[in-house]
Amino acid sequence: MTETTVTMPQLGESVVEGTIGQWLKAVGERVAKYEPLVEVITDKVNTEIPSPVSGVLQAILVKEGATVPVGTPIAVLAADAAEAAAEPQGADKAAGSAPQAAPAGASAPAGWGAPPPAAGAPTANPPAAGAGSEASPAAGAAFAAGDAPLPRGVYSPLVRRLAKEYGIDLRQVRGTGAGGRVTKRDVLAYVAQRGAAAPAAAWPAAAPAPPAGSAEPPPAGTLAATAGPPVSREPGDEVIAPDAIRRAIAQRMVQSKQTVPHAWTMVEVDVTSLVAWREQIKEEFRRREGVDLTYLPFFIKAVVESLKEFPRLNASWQDDGIVVKKRIHIGVAVGLDHGLVVPVIHDADRLSIAGLAQRLADLIGRARAGKLGLDDVQGGTITVNNTGAFGSVASYPIISPPQAAIVTMEAIVRRPVVVGDGIAIRSMMNVCLSFDHRVTDGLYVGRFLQSLRRRLESVGPGTALY
Amino acid sequence: MATKTLLEAIREALAEEMRRDDRVFVLGEDVGKRGGVFRVTQGLIEEFGPHRVLDTPLAESLIVGVAIGAAAYGLLPVAEIQFADFIHPAMDQIINEAAKIRYRSNGRWSCPIVIRAPYGGGVHGALYHSQSVEALFYHVPGLKIVAPATPYDAKGLLKAAIRDPDPVLFFEHKKAYRSIRGEVPDEEYVLPIGKADIKRPGQDLTVITYGYNVHLCLEAAERLAREEGIEAEVIDLRTLLPIDRETIVASAKKTGRVMISHEDTKTGGIGAEIAAIVAEEALFYLDAPIVRVAPPDVHPMPFNPKLEAVFMPSVEQQYAAMRDLARY
Repeated sequence: MTETTVTMPQLGESVVEGTIGQWLKAVGERVAKYEPLVEVITDKVNTEIPSPVSGVLQAILVKEGATVPVGTPIAVLAADAAEAAAEPQGADKAAGSAPQAAPAGASAPAGWGAPPPAAGAPTANPPAAGAGSEASPAAGAAFAAGDAPLPRGVYSPLVRRLAKEYGIDLRQVRGTGAGGRVTKRDVLAYVAQRGAAAPAAAWPAAAPAPPAGSAEPPPAGTLAATAGPPVSREPGDEVIAPDAIRRAIAQRMVQSKQTVPHAWTMVEVDVTSLVAWREQIKEEFRRREGVDLTYLPFFIKAVVESLKEFPRLNASWQDDGIVVKKRIHIGVAVGLDHGLVVPVIHDADRLSIAGLAQRLADLIGRARAGKLGLDDVQGGTITVNNTGAFGSVASYPIISPPQAAIVTMEAIVRRPVVVGDGIAIRSMMNVCLSFDHRVTDGLYVGRFLQSLRRRLESVGPGTALY
Repeated sequence: MATKTLLEAIREALAEEMRRDDRVFVLGEDVGKRGGVFRVTQGLIEEFGPHRVLDTPLAESLIVGVAIGAAAYGLLPVAEIQFADFIHPAMDQIINEAAKIRYRSNGRWSCPIVIRAPYGGGVHGALYHSQSVEALFYHVPGLKIVAPATPYDAKGLLKAAIRDPDPVLFFEHKKAYRSIRGEVPDEEYVLPIGKADIKRPGQDLTVITYGYNVHLCLEAAERLAREEGIEAEVIDLRTLLPIDRETIVASAKKTGRVMISHEDTKTGGIGAEIAAIVAEEALFYLDAPIVRVAPPDVHPMPFNPKLEAVFMPSVEQQYAAMRDLARY
């Protein structure tokens, strides 16, 4: 029976830490290979971690609610014998090649080369007898690269110095050294890429956008990177420590605003016909489909069709050019009590209005229940936000890099409006759009919005739901 | 230019210096009639006569003591200790007399002796014909310690040692005597004591070494470059004391990864001093812990051939250590 250590996995490209949600097994309990062992919460998604081996849960190293960096050991399993062979125990290999020539009985005398100091010292696994080594068992023992890796977050003096000089957060840097260590090479590569590329370089493969005022998942960075001038602290003031989501939102907002030149525009849309039509069919739709028919599916459909006509807004400014995405993945902002999450409707252009309604119900439901998976929040090419749901009639949304645009649907308000030469009461809805001014200009965007408006204004009894 | 073995280069240096300066003479066990047990001094007694090539009794403290005395009289002795393993009886003469004369006389007198000795193993020499003794003298101010790895370095450094006004310990690796060949210029040249030599430049890691290990490390470095694309910088110290701090620290700062390799056992070997220097002067340039690659703390070296092979440094071992350090 061998010990297998389970470490905090990296649940997303830029995710640097995770919180233990709930241990699904107790110490002493048996667990089968791939059976869920623990629930982990990251600022993006919650997920269940399967056990890597069959065996018994020997020790829980991190308790529920605790947040640790990726790579931190969280549990120890006593793997069944059959499993042992399959698991490459780094420590075994190292010890196996350690001084075999040492005088009998001595446990690893100061031998060939020095294993890394203290932290991460090799476990004292007795070398497999002989292990086939003859003349040079010392070969490879000098560093025992198979040693338990140093925990992430342990950085060499050089790496720390470079991080200070370049002002970078080492938690953002992916390590390629032994055990996932961040090396000097990694730091310099990060600096080069940060300097050269668009901010997109450091971001996950497109996570959907932050609508007005709030934003979405990823990298929990240091607060210092987002902080401005200090404010006085007076009695009665409360200092709230931001949680992972808040921190992530803060960092993404700052980064977006600092790197993407936002331009904004708005159009008024007469949705009287849409309102009337929906009123007429919503009961029957609910009965037949089992989900509510809101305005959002109509809005998304109109956005998608207009994007086909004006694809530049479904694009991304990269250092080698404007990447115009063919597939359309609509991020839909969902406000939650503790923050914001933006699930993505992939290939939204392939869905009918009913299909969109179904998909929205599913995503929003799971978002509110905290059950979104990683795939659900990645890959968005443009974002839509129903800011009207909280009464807004105009908002200035913040783009989520690497996307190029974000469009909002404001509140539908009954207003007196000039129609012909008279005045009528119409249902009016503003549509706001923030776009990346590097990718395109006002004329193009204006035309997109006109197209969007026309489609929305023509929704009525003739509109196909399927 | 001609290709010479390490041994031939040393012999040439001796002969040329003896020709150049009448005060230079050689003394030791079997150096005269026998020409030395390794034949280093072969031909010298024929050319220079028995008064400049002395066969001494079997007494190391005498060999060094007589050299010190002769130096006090104005001569330039080159004393041979037949195997470095036998130097221990001469320790008192070396440490308490030779090393202290300049200091004790407030600079008025010096002790211009050279003590040559074959050291190192890998020749089935067992416990008394395989030792490395440089660490035992490292701690003594007033001594210089030289350990060349190539014929070119050996000739130039022995000349420098003979001309040096202070005591110099000159260690020659017996396994390298005949197995290491190299180009040696015909013209006169002298190399500076106290200067290391970068035998192979590189940017991925620094290997600091001396003696026979230089050749092992160079071979490992070539293989590492071919197979893994890792470029190791190999520094041959040449002079162990005083050590070339500048070259070592500059290289450590350049690569951030330092490996020290020697045949002497690990604990208290001079690698410890080098590691301390690097840590003192280049800590914030280090991307990995400093590694010392050296045999275990067992008497050098076992007689049993299999055990000797395990004890003795090898290319494989240097290669593995270098690769692991580069990947750390």
